[in-house]
Order: sequence, then structure tokens, then C-alpha cells
Amino acid sequence: METIEVAQEEIIEEFSMFEDWMQRYEYMIELGKSLPLIDPRFKSDDYIIKGCQSKVWVHADLEDDKLVFTADSDAIITKGIIAILIRVFSYQHPNAILESGTEFIDKIGLKEHLSPTRANGLVSMIKQLKMYAIAFKTQLN
Amino acid sequence: MDVQKIRKDFPILAREVNGKPLVYFDNAATSQTPVQVIDTIADYYKNYNANIHRGVHTLSQEATDAYEAARQKIQKHLNAAHPYEIIFTSGTTHSINIVSNGYAQLLGEKDELIVSSLEHHSNIVPWQMLCEKTGAALKVIPMNEDGVLLMDQFDKLLSNKTRLVFVNHVSNALGTVNPIEVIIRKAHAVGAEVLIDGAQASPHIQGDVQALDVDYYVTSAHKLYGPTGIGMLYGKESALKRLPPYQGGGEMIAEVTFEKTTYADLPHKFEAGTPNIAGGIAFGAALDYINAIGIKQIATYEEELLKYATDKLSKIPGLKIYGTASKKTAVISFNVEGIHPYDIGSILDKLGIAVRTGHHCAQPIMDYYQIPGTVRVSFSFYNTLEEIDRMIEALIKAINMLQ
Repeated sequence: METIEVAQEEIIEEFSMFEDWMQRYEYMIELGKSLPLIDPRFKSDDYIIKGCQSKVWVHADLEDDKLVFTADSDAIITKGIIAILIRVFSYQHPNAILESGTEFIDKIGLKEHLSPTRANGLVSMIKQLKMYAIAFKTQLN
Repeated sequence: MDVQKIRKDFPILAREVNGKPLVYFDNAATSQTPVQVIDTIADYYKNYNANIHRGVHTLSQEATDAYEAARQKIQKHLNAAHPYEIIFTSGTTHSINIVSNGYAQLLGEKDELIVSSLEHHSNIVPWQMLCEKTGAALKVIPMNEDGVLLMDQFDKLLSNKTRLVFVNHVSNALGTVNPIEVIIRKAHAVGAEVLIDGAQASPHIQGDVQALDVDYYVTSAHKLYGPTGIGMLYGKESALKRLPPYQGGGEMIAEVTFEKTTYADLPHKFEAGTPNIAGGIAFGAALDYINAIGIKQIATYEEELLKYATDKLSKIPGLKIYGTASKKTAVISFNVEGIHPYDIGSILDKLGIAVRTGHHCAQPIMDYYQIPGTVRVSFSFYNTLEEIDRMIEALIKAINMLQ
């Protein structure tokens, strides 16, 4: 598995190839459709991310010493955003997730092209992924 | 009514969003501001900015005169009996809180309040807080699938325990025009007072508070082409005199000693502190602006926009309109099967079209329909049929992308 940094670089490059934000949205919708879906039994309020106006559920599991994320949302663009995050952070060691920066989000211009409510949701999503990393890190120790 | 001429009064309508000419269909959240109102604000700060009511100098006098003239414009617009029945507030929410806080001292445990199921959170939460404080009970008038209040149920809720009924004149989420004349009459018959939230109605319907015989009527300037941060509370003189003051401070007092303070007369009793002077004056300028065009003319044109857009939207497969009352203002709430309203709103924004998505601060309505929210388009007299065509075209594009 590539490192978080490499995955981030790839996404930055992909996003730079599009001419406008309509194309980027189309791409995010495609990504949303390919999101590794959460087991329906985890689509409960226990797994919901607070701070998102559309509903987002995220679940994490350990495979060896790597964290694997699955998720779902009732909105497709939100699914696309979480798919980008999962591509970066899934199959990584909790330490790597905790140490990684999130500058790639600014570099692809995602935040300023999201509505304020969605931008808040994005911050909450990253926070939640890192929370999982903290929780599983203690489990590994 | 010359729409193209009117559009020139609104500088913001000429701007582009995401490289596309702006189509502004979020008027129910905030209406845009004509240059006449913008100039009024600039003129105030350029020429006669001063604190009002207590100054001895010329600027203060000029500012006071302009502010009080604005109060009279509102009085005239609503046909209130006296200018001092108009209280300047920061907006509808503030206005409602003045009444709900005052009522805290007037209510007991056996008392009941009645609210409608079509309310904005701002006309629910202050009353819930009041009920928690006083032990009074909150009763809800239910609605039907069309978004129309069930008036026979209202009859059953009314009793001699009812102290206050509060209903919006027009629903912000669905556009339903509520039968407030009947509600007021029936509430008065059991001795209850009535507060009408006119925030959504004000830009479309001229409220005549004396003809309505309403006790309190509230609205915000930014819904009717004025600035944000200013609104008003109309209260009958007798009602406002009974209501204890909300905030203490300067301006609202008659005499202050450490032993006892006596309150000022209306309207100052409810206007503690230095008010939003420029905002108040600009509120008056906004009323001048719409009255020069005529609210009836505005409403007739907006009805045309509503009918045109409703027809066009109804033809889109899988699209469902929420709120199908026979009496509606120019608001359409809808969803498209299998698509989240946020997704539609996001794509429309990229195409230059501003709509509102979400629960519209009216979660009980969304719960009734069991939906997370809707896409809401709301029209104003500066919108055009061509803009509706552009919205429909963009919507179809969004649906194709998202499905």
C-alpha cells in the first residue's frame, strides 16, 4: 500500500486535471459511487458523524495493524468527499493517520468549493477518522 | 411593473457566480437590497451619524427625526393606531423573544399556549423555553399533507386555559398562507392573545394590524428589501403596556436610582441601548421602495412566477412538491426521488443558481413528511420567467449527474 503522502499527491494531481468545478463534482460523484460501503448494521446513530448536515456513517476495523474504513452517506457528493478521505487514510497504520497532515484538502480547493455546512462536515469527518486512529492505536499497544 | 427597470435597482443581480450570471432564488431567506436602501445607509453615515433621542446637537436631532420618521412609515405600512406601538428590534427572533420573555411573568402552570406545526424554529424554541420556565403547556395545531393547518383541530385545542396563540402568517418552508383572521377571531373569543410571525408574509401581503385586530405582529427588514439586523415588533398599546420589559439599559428608563428604576413609556421601554439607527432608517426606505411599486402589483407578478415554475417543475419525473395549499406565496419546496436536496443545491450553485436546501429551520414539517429536507426556491418581483427556465435547465442537468 502506498503511503498517505503518495495518495494525497495522486488526488492533488487528479483534481488539477479538471478544467472547472462541474467536472470535479462529476468526478466526486463517481468516487461517491465507488465508496467502500459500511455494513448496514453500522448505519446507526452510534456511527453517525456529527457536524454534517447530510447523514454520514463511518466504521473502522483493524486488518493486521492497518485501519480499514467503510462509510456511507445519504448524499452522493458527501459520499464522494468521504471516498477521497478513505482513499487517503484507509489501509494505513493508526500512527501514520495521526501524523499525517491534511493540506491536500486545501491544495485541491475542496473547502472553498463546498458550502459552509459541507466544509464543516469535512472537518468533522477528518476528526472522526483521526479519533478512530487514536482508539485503535491504544488497542495495538 | 417594469421588471427590467426594477432589476437595475439591485446591483447584486448583475454579478456572476461561478462564472455564470446569478439567479437568486433564495428570497425567503433574505431578499436583496435596492440601491435606494443602500444609499440611505451610506447617506446616514456620511452626513448625520449620531446617537439619537438624547443629543443636544444638530446631527443627533437629524438622526432622531429620520429614525422616528421610519417608525411612522412602519406604522403607516401596517396601519397601526400609534407610532409607539412599533418597537424596533434586531429582527423577528428578537421580537418574539421580547414577547416570550415578558410572558414569563404573566403565565402560570395551568396556562396553555398554542403553536402551529408550520412554524420556524424561532417561533417554537422561545415558547418552549417559556413553558420550561413557567410550567405552561404547549399545544400544536396539526397540518395535513398539503401543508394546510387543520382548523377543526385548532378549535379543539382552544379553551379558557389558552393564553396565547402564535402562528406564522406564511410558512417559510412551504409558502402556505395561514387563515390568521380566523385564528385571531377564535383565539380572542376564548380570551387569548395572538402573535403573528409576519416575516415571510411582509414582502407579499400587506398586513393591516387594526383590521386583523392582532395583538402582536413581528417581522424582519431583510425579508423585505431592507438590511439585516433590524426588524420590528408591533404590539397593541394595551398589550405592550402589560408586557414587562425584556432588557434593561439606557434609553428604556424614566428614572434610575439605586432604590428603584421606573421604565420609559412606549416604545422606549423595549428599546434598551443604542439601536441600529442606520438600519431603522433604511427599513423605512425599503418600505418606501416597495410601496412605490405596490405590494398588490408585486404579489400579482410573483403569483405568475409561482404558477410558471410550479407547472415546469411538476413536469420533471420523480419530482415532488411539498406544500400544495391553494393559498401560497412564491415559495416552492421540492425533492427529486433518490437524490439528496444538498446534492441538488450544490450543483445548482455551481451553475450560478442560489437556492436553499435543508430543513429551513422547520424540522417538525420535515419530520411530518419524513424527509431530511427539501430544495426550496423562493421568488421575488425582480426575478423573471427566463431565470426560472435557467433553473429548470440546471436542475435537469443536476438530476442527470446525480441519478
